[in-house]
Amino acid sequence: MSPEGYEAVIGLEVHTHLQTTSKLFCGCSTEFGKAPNENVCPVCMGMPGTLPVLNRHAVDLAVRTGLATNSEIATRSIFDRKSYFYPDLPKNYQISQYETPIGKGGYIDLPGDGQSKRVRLVRIHIEEDAGKNIHEMNSSLVDFNRSGVPLVEIVSEPDLRSANEAVAYLRELRAILRYIGASDGRMEEGSFRCDVNVSVRKKGATEFGVKTEIKNLNSFRFVEKAIEHEVGRQIEVLEAGGKVEQETHLWDPEREETRPMRSKEFANDYRYFPEPDLPPLVVPTAMIESARRAMPELPAVKRARYARDCGLSEYEVAVLTAEKDAADYFEAMLPGLKNVKMAANWVMTEVLRVANESGKAPAEAAPPAAEVGALLRMVETQKISLNAAKTVFAAMCGSRKSAEATVAELGLAQVSDEGAIAAACAKVIAEEPDKVAEYRRGRDKLFGFFVGQVMKAMGGKANPKIVNEILKKELAT
Amino acid sequence: MAPSSELNRLTISDAADRLRRREFSALELTRACLERIGAVDPKLNAFITVTEEEAIAQAEEADRRLKAGGAATLCGIPLGIKDIYCTAGVRTTCASKILENFVPPFDATVIAKLRCEGAVFVGKTNMDEFAMGSSTENSAFGPTTNPHDRTRVAGGSSGGSAAAVAADECLGALGTDTGGSIREPAAFCGVVGIKPTYSRVSRYGVVAYASSLDQVGPFSKSVRDAAILLRTLAGEDPQDSTCSARPVPDYERALTGNVKGLCIGVPKEFFVEGMQPEVEKAVRTMLKHYESMGASTMEISLPHSSYAIACYYIVATAEASANLARYDGVRYGLREGAEDNIELNEKTRERGFGAEVKRRIMLGTFALSAGYYDAYYLKAMKVRTLIRRDFERAFENCDVIVTPVAPTTAFRLGEKMSDPLTMYLSDIFTISVNLAGLPGLSMPCGYDANDLPIGMQIIGPQFSEEMVLRAGDALERSGAVPLRRPAL
Repeated sequence: MSPEGYEAVIGLEVHTHLQTTSKLFCGCSTEFGKAPNENVCPVCMGMPGTLPVLNRHAVDLAVRTGLATNSEIATRSIFDRKSYFYPDLPKNYQISQYETPIGKGGYIDLPGDGQSKRVRLVRIHIEEDAGKNIHEMNSSLVDFNRSGVPLVEIVSEPDLRSANEAVAYLRELRAILRYIGASDGRMEEGSFRCDVNVSVRKKGATEFGVKTEIKNLNSFRFVEKAIEHEVGRQIEVLEAGGKVEQETHLWDPEREETRPMRSKEFANDYRYFPEPDLPPLVVPTAMIESARRAMPELPAVKRARYARDCGLSEYEVAVLTAEKDAADYFEAMLPGLKNVKMAANWVMTEVLRVANESGKAPAEAAPPAAEVGALLRMVETQKISLNAAKTVFAAMCGSRKSAEATVAELGLAQVSDEGAIAAACAKVIAEEPDKVAEYRRGRDKLFGFFVGQVMKAMGGKANPKIVNEILKKELAT
Repeated sequence: MAPSSELNRLTISDAADRLRRREFSALELTRACLERIGAVDPKLNAFITVTEEEAIAQAEEADRRLKAGGAATLCGIPLGIKDIYCTAGVRTTCASKILENFVPPFDATVIAKLRCEGAVFVGKTNMDEFAMGSSTENSAFGPTTNPHDRTRVAGGSSGGSAAAVAADECLGALGTDTGGSIREPAAFCGVVGIKPTYSRVSRYGVVAYASSLDQVGPFSKSVRDAAILLRTLAGEDPQDSTCSARPVPDYERALTGNVKGLCIGVPKEFFVEGMQPEVEKAVRTMLKHYESMGASTMEISLPHSSYAIACYYIVATAEASANLARYDGVRYGLREGAEDNIELNEKTRERGFGAEVKRRIMLGTFALSAGYYDAYYLKAMKVRTLIRRDFERAFENCDVIVTPVAPTTAFRLGEKMSDPLTMYLSDIFTISVNLAGLPGLSMPCGYDANDLPIGMQIIGPQFSEEMVLRAGDALERSGAVPLRRPAL
């Protein structure tokens, strides 16, 4: 991406919705996908005389976000008004935090091969979202459902050096937010959005180059493409002897390029001043400590534990821990199981498959984890075969019956009776004299054919280990 | 029994007693006020909107409640409401073209409280546009005239409410006070007005001018009535995070008539050269009167008073520049046709706002601009702290502070319109009280040679409304200040 001699310097500003049921300053629902202007009231419409009342749950989630990113939590912070005129901003000022953000000086360690990369955070602050402009042929409409939805803005230091690193940072941040229940991280619904600050400089330089800001990035892929495009553009400008202008660019996903916004489309002077309608936000130390104690295991810690205690590969760990609900499901399967690897594989193949197909969380899409654990326990103790387990699992997904009941119902309990298996083997050997002769002449590959025939004869229920043993012995003579 | 044409002259406390004795009905009382409005308001222009139908329906409902028993004190009492309070279903203009046809879908908290008690709203009163002014001349609906002399202003910004009470168009009224907007018109019109401690009354649904200074308060014909109204208005509101959760005392019960031992501070900075001599004389006469009633007086100093107006015009306009940004033609109010959103904002605001509002928005925008913030806004906030400390120190030595409300009595219409700075000086004695967040009572204390009322201000520490009202009531009861009805 970066031609020789240059390096990219990237800082990210992430806006993420906090998962509250009501808005930041009024009681309106935050539910996504409602008809336009259904979730509105005089407060979030900015009617004259209305006043904001801070949503306590939003503060809790912001505190959690700060703690999960190793930030220092301000025990006293204030809200400020950020003024700019835009039709989707009902008061034409946004209530945000300026001089005293709720979180400061945190960091996130990115997972990496061997050495992890630390990305420092400048600040985390609470603010309200704006509505949404909908442009039609000859007019524009505004939907205020999103107006007043609580956000935290998480601003990183310019510690990232490539588009890949930027995406890795976003993935990790998103995973953390989802783990702690602060945000659903849904980029496609606009609940996790990203602005990128990019500059380039000669490798080895200590000064930063002039940066541009890219807005309107609503997928990881766009972030990657936009950064690559912008870094390339800036290098071209510099190589041609030009100067990079400090400006705001908009990502055009259709043309896959960035273009400068009209200067009128963004304001330069936000005229911040303390919001007189809200008292200072005081977060007692006791509340911070109790939030710290209630913090779930974070992705990085979980990854280290899985690698250390479960003997799983880096890839397996990454897949299992990417979403907390998959990891939770995996962990709920484990009691009583010896073969952790098998459980991991089961989650990665079967459980995540049904989850993805249905678009639901694993715990909703798949049977209860404890039951699936019981099912795998039956594989471990050779009560059923691995193949049969898949059939049972599929049936359980629909019926929600227990593993044991389903196995019984489907008659898939594995046959480990050596007499019965030996009889079936003898019958197959007797019926296929030609193949037996061929095998004995050295065509080892035919062994699988015999196993298949025996399994077929026993309706797939024979314990394959015993079938193998008996066939080996019988065919050898 | 008073003839029905005179019912509108009653105080709230009298009317409430007599309504309970069934001497007359709330409907008769309301009709008396509406008739008076019909007779005199064309001359006064105290009301922007008269809500006759609604008032009659409210009065009928009040009569049902009174008949059933257990009705609240304010049940059936006709009140005027400054047109800055959102009233569900009744247009709320803030005396601005930009909200000329704005009908709020909700009630301000204090409006809801009054409705709950069964009060009757006869209409929405005139004011300076968005409460910016000291004369009610900055109204898109024309100025309100002073009932005592119709060539003079009623004061402002709550001039409509003050004039309506003075002219007996209603028994009491609501105003708001950001820098003197209740106290100055009360003084000019010869009625009682109180600006309570900042945070004592909910601001929810009161169209914001300067949020850290705005406070709700009543106008009335007696200090007792002010106490009665304030008792209902005050108190916690879950919709206003800046509103105090302190319990509300029964202000009326605090009116013992006793001021023995009360120490009254008299700030030397508030008796300045250039003020109307009759104003100083009237206030000093009242101080003598207090002494004769067993109170003591002492000279005090509020050294930073001279910075109050400058400080106020930065803090208030800065907040206003943001508070008024919402009037953009997008969601409600005036909308001027335009090609794009920027033109829509510009045209709507250009045509919708009056000159004084534009002046203050520009002042505030400037004070908050990058590069000027520290020199103006931040400095003003520091000065504000000093002004607050002046009062805190003063109250270490005295219980209340007594001052004139304004340097002059009501001035002539148009007299100060061409010179905003002179107009701003009308609030020189009231503004520091808002900056310090203190309660201030304005009550008549005499008349000048032109028979124009003179106002006296009683200032107390935060949440000392009981003491302030007690001091005012004691003076009123002593008969030192005979109330003169304007001859209309």
